[in-house]
Amino acid sequence: MRCVVATSNVKVLGKAVHSLSRIGDELYFEPLSSGLALRCVNSSRSAYGCFLFTPLFFQHYDSGAPPGGLEDSGFRCKMGMKSVQTVFKSLSSLDKTVEKCEIDLNPGGNRLVFQLHCKYGITKTHNLSFQESESLQPVFQKDGYANVLRAQPRLLADTVVHFPPSLEEVNVTVSGERVQFRNHLEDEQDASKMMLTEMSLDADEFESFQVREETGITFCLKELRGLLSFAESSGLPLSMYFDQPGRPVVFGLDDPVLEVNFVLATLSDEETTTHRERNRSRPPQADTSHDDFLSDDMDSYMIAMETSAVGGAEAQPCSTGSDQRRERESDTAACSTRSDHRREREPVTAACSSGSKQQRGRESESEEEEEEELPGTPPQKRFRSLFFGSVLSPYSQGANQTLRNQEVLAEASDSDPEEQEEETAKK
Amino acid sequence: MPLSTQLEAGEEQYVLIASLDNARNLSNILKAIQFKDHATFLATSNGIKVTVEDSKCLQANAFIQAEIFQEFSIQEDSVMFRVNLAVLLDCLTIFGGSAVPGVTTALKMCYNGYGYPLTLFLEEGGVVTVCKINTQEPEETLDFDFCSTNVINKVILQSDSLREAFSELDMTSEVLQITMSPDKPYFRLSTFGNSGSAHCDYPKDSDMMEVFQCTQTQTNRYKMSLLKPSTKALSLSCKVSIRTDNRGFLSLQYMVRNDDGQICFIEYFCCPDEEVGEQEQ
Repeated sequence: MRCVVATSNVKVLGKAVHSLSRIGDELYFEPLSSGLALRCVNSSRSAYGCFLFTPLFFQHYDSGAPPGGLEDSGFRCKMGMKSVQTVFKSLSSLDKTVEKCEIDLNPGGNRLVFQLHCKYGITKTHNLSFQESESLQPVFQKDGYANVLRAQPRLLADTVVHFPPSLEEVNVTVSGERVQFRNHLEDEQDASKMMLTEMSLDADEFESFQVREETGITFCLKELRGLLSFAESSGLPLSMYFDQPGRPVVFGLDDPVLEVNFVLATLSDEETTTHRERNRSRPPQADTSHDDFLSDDMDSYMIAMETSAVGGAEAQPCSTGSDQRRERESDTAACSTRSDHRREREPVTAACSSGSKQQRGRESESEEEEEEELPGTPPQKRFRSLFFGSVLSPYSQGANQTLRNQEVLAEASDSDPEEQEEETAKK
Repeated sequence: MPLSTQLEAGEEQYVLIASLDNARNLSNILKAIQFKDHATFLATSNGIKVTVEDSKCLQANAFIQAEIFQEFSIQEDSVMFRVNLAVLLDCLTIFGGSAVPGVTTALKMCYNGYGYPLTLFLEEGGVVTVCKINTQEPEETLDFDFCSTNVINKVILQSDSLREAFSELDMTSEVLQITMSPDKPYFRLSTFGNSGSAHCDYPKDSDMMEVFQCTQTQTNRYKMSLLKPSTKALSLSCKVSIRTDNRGFLSLQYMVRNDDGQICFIEYFCCPDEEVGEQEQ
């Protein structure tokens, strides 16, 4: 596998990495015959971003696939987002100093080598460690959406700038003639104490305004900002695909050499959603990731394995923060989800442990400990209910988190299995 | 009633008098070595040398030659005292740290000798401030015994390129490994952090490389925490010389041009973290 990126595109690559960093902590790297895919998903699986760089983007592109063009190389991995960001640290000087960027798999097959050839003969080499991973494949069809808006990214960026940077969610309502952006208020927030911002855009401000269903959706703005900053610098028109609430919204950029898709979950109208519904809309993926999976069992807490190679501390933040008490339906980034809600916890952990033992011995140990726990014991900190928000990590960043049906959460400060054993034994 | 606990002295008794029209010519250099609170001042007829040390492994020296000063008189062969560098810098920048074009702070520094405070007269725009800073027993400074005859490898680089490399260094790495060799990779900075290893290579014929004199392949590691303070000096300088001797001791010499275009030098000495004989992969 070898890719070479020439001067001006190195900055584009760097910007793509930085915009994905707004979504999650891990970068999924997959060289396909159709191009290099860089993907990221957030911890609660409610936001997904993908940059697909076609072979034309590169000065040289070899995905490592066997000749014939029928198969892919099968190489896919994920790396800590911070590590990859380090390679493209100083964005502003990238186009001035870097002449070429080479990405290779090292002969030993255990390091992804990013080599930047800079001015004055200086060479910067980064040997990044990675974890083999399953493919991150969301399910969405841009064609099936009732509403499609397309505009210059400047328009959306200018709209979004009026909302405070801390705003988590925005509500977008569309009618035949106009679209309205409003900040979304949590149920428990008192409207009289909050600042409400509303922006209206006319249909004629858009390059294309196709509304077949008058509807309103609410999604998380934070993850979109990364795409907006990339889109602005690229100057490519941004398309927005959506229809009824609950169905994910897709933002896309299209270019002959680059395809960008960001899929964000939207708030569903219903207060309660059954897993069945959710599962139905999220067809099972063939690949089950050993690392991250969603348990849809209403009665039990879900287990989300931490996959960060760097360390437990990075593990937890509920990046979307505010989805605690509302069920957020996400058909989106349903990457590698086990959709069968009837599956018990044990087989899941078993599947998880077997795959990941070599990667993270300590974590799989604690998984096995989990199996021995009695049902009803409070979950350990790393277990998170994705769409219930009833189990929260002490490290989550959202301010409005409430714990429901919670006794004491094991306050393990690190993933030391012995400590956790002790703590669970105490309960 | 005098607040000072040290003796007062008259002008004629000053052992050292140094005056500058622009106090920034002194304060900027001192800021570059301010990684510890205390510094040792050594004044001779050549000028002033200010030394700051850390954990017996790192030493920084700033040299301000007598020619830099508008007035420089010394009554003894050498005058040495220890003073709180943070306090001194606060006084030197008492009229504000930021540079306003056309406005400079004038400085007259006076010292009467052992037991007397260091007196600073600072003037800007007609306003005069007098600061008296208590001095302390000078502590013996380390002698790294770094002499040119033992130097095995030496390179002189333009600071711009090194500055960028240093700012991008992986700080999760505990050490910075420096490889110097007459063969490839010539001059390499390596880090070993959480995400993997990173190397920055400078070829010997690079435009940024002013002098390349490497006789032997050497790889040495230095604690990142010790070298971090040197980035301040790097950002001030226009050129830097990097030398290692037969023991793996590192000498970094920074050439700094002050506001008036005069040259001063800052030097860092650092002990290696561990003996690394052969080049590591």
